[in-house]
Amino acid sequence: MSDTHRPTPVGSLALIAVIIGGGAAAFAYTAGWFSPQRLTPMKMVAAFAPPGGPALGHRRNHAKGICFTGTFEANGAGTEISKAVVFEKGEYPVVGRFNLGTQDPNVDDATVRVRGIGVQITTPDGQVWRSAMIDPPFFPVSTPQAFYDLLKASKDKAADAMKNFIAANPEFSHFASWAGSAPWTASYAEEPYNSLNSFVMTNKAGEPKTVRWGIVPEAQVIPVSQDDLKKLGPNFLEADIAKRVAAAPQRWKLVVIVANPGDPTADPSKEWPADRRKIDVGTLTVTKIEPEADGPCREINFDPTVLPAGITTSDDPFPAARSAAYMKSYDLRTAESKYYPRTPTGEKQ
Amino acid sequence: MTGEMQRFHPLQRLLHWVMAVCVLAMFFIGVGMVSTVMPKFLPLMATHKSLGIAILVLVIVRIAVRLRYGAPALPADLPPVIRLGAELSHYALYALLIAMPLLGWAMQSAADYPVVIFDGFRLPPIVPQSDTLHTLFWDAHYYLAFCFFALVLLHIAAALFHGLVRHDGVFEAMAPVPTHPRTAPAE
Ligand code: HEM
Ligand code: HEM
Ligand code: HEM
Repeated sequence: MSDTHRPTPVGSLALIAVIIGGGAAAFAYTAGWFSPQRLTPMKMVAAFAPPGGPALGHRRNHAKGICFTGTFEANGAGTEISKAVVFEKGEYPVVGRFNLGTQDPNVDDATVRVRGIGVQITTPDGQVWRSAMIDPPFFPVSTPQAFYDLLKASKDKAADAMKNFIAANPEFSHFASWAGSAPWTASYAEEPYNSLNSFVMTNKAGEPKTVRWGIVPEAQVIPVSQDDLKKLGPNFLEADIAKRVAAAPQRWKLVVIVANPGDPTADPSKEWPADRRKIDVGTLTVTKIEPEADGPCREINFDPTVLPAGITTSDDPFPAARSAAYMKSYDLRTAESKYYPRTPTGEKQ
Repeated sequence: MTGEMQRFHPLQRLLHWVMAVCVLAMFFIGVGMVSTVMPKFLPLMATHKSLGIAILVLVIVRIAVRLRYGAPALPADLPPVIRLGAELSHYALYALLIAMPLLGWAMQSAADYPVVIFDGFRLPPIVPQSDTLHTLFWDAHYYLAFCFFALVLLHIAAALFHGLVRHDGVFEAMAPVPTHPRTAPAE
């Protein structure tokens, strides 16, 4: 054995130091410690916070909401397009949440333009499908980065912040005109809710189809002016839905919309033409309303990438960004749950 | 002295190196996925869960193999403190190889996320949904991940020190393929 072939101890020690230092540096780089520009889930979630800071213990967006339970009754028509068990004729339990697109859990209902719903359907084999949908027919922006820029610009004091944002993201004006002109209603039950993001459904034959979906209310839609809503009190939506559901179950049709080749599947700010094939796959029925504080929807993360076999994500970049951000929001709010008591203050459990 | 040290059983060496690659990948996937909102978040997350559970299965096999075949004795001239450090650090590595995947799985269970690995294989929850448990397991998974990474760096530094500076056969005992001091053609 010849020691002459070996590096000197000093050389060896230097080599070891380089390997260990390099490993640590690569790790730090991967974690983004050298990339302050990287859009992280934490930055995305922090961008929602109002100037006074987030409402601790609550969702970082769509913070005001109320739980429901009910069923999804599949009519079997969906099996043509997806092998997901949830489309096989039958009735499956649902947990969900009506909510408002706001960071303030105590907001006046009449001031929030975007209304949403979180839905979880469970099939007997234990698979779950979660979907969080909103009532506008398209999203304000084309990319997750643009959504972050919007959150930043809307909180920026600089006079031209929004102007510059719109110049860089012209699709936003389409949304702004919807927000300014679309009719309001006085009930969660009168709203349609749309996935906006596209997904891929695959049937038993293995044929993939890019789709979006939405739920269409059975309740009669009665347009109301925003000024009239303001007279109804700050929590009229929750009072209304509790009253309606106590009187009778409320229903929506679940409709799957199939893209034609060439449709903008990666951009939720672009509506698909109205003539696209629509498949009515069943009925969502809401049978019970419960307050969020100790309700069954509180600790569910309606992460849109929780999908049963037969549905996957598409080339739409939003579901991944949403999944990452919802997880961070969930981590934060569950760690803060003591700030959001399960029973009204002072009340014994 | 180099000739004295026996080598680990080939199955032990195979498991050590396969798992070393997997665990190193897990650190990078872990910190990479939690710092991005890009589409790669989803495949990284899926890989993190699948590979993490694979590590849990492999470490159980590995411990069984270890109990069956034992380990070669460390060099006799190794200072007692270093020897103790080596043994304790190996226990700690085994403990983390078991704890990290269990904490990940428990964290996901406590959050009521379905734990789906290898594109469709669903694992049952191992704890009930609970904010308190989720926060506890999240913190443990997070802080232990960094301790684990630091320990692995120390472990690699020590292994290289044995191999490049001490030349005492410890590195060769675990080397994936026969290396110089044990089977040099000249011997
Ligand atoms: C990159 C874009 C988006 C970001 C960063 C984002 C962020 C968030 C966050 C942080 C939450 C709270 C999650 C929780 O704590 O559980 C949330 C909830 C929600 N989001 Fe988004 N969102 C995005 C896009 C969308 C889109 C495209 C839709 C609808 C099509 C949507 C609809 C909803 C709804 C309905 C909820 C409430 C779900 C529930 O009841 O728990 N979001 N969002
Ligand atoms: C050897 C096994 C494992 C190692 C070394 C490991 C390591 C890591 C690391 C380094 C992070 C990033 C921490 C941060 O910077 O925030 C992480 C996060 C995470 N890991 Fe693991 N992990 C392991 C196993 C698992 C398993 C088996 C699961 C689930 C089944 C899992 C689920 C997660 C989740 C969900 C996160 C993100 C947590 C959050 O931010 O909400 N891990 N892991
Ligand atoms: C994540 C990566 C790694 C883990 C989790 C790990 C884990 C372990 C464990 C638990 C042992 C103890 C074996 C026993 O006594 O049963 C061991 C031994 C060993 N490892 Fe690693 N290892 C890793 C990476 C590495 C690397 C990269 C090297 C080389 C540069 C290395 C070199 C060694 C050597 C030489 C031994 C034998 C020590 C002895 O003879 O007692 N390991 N490793």
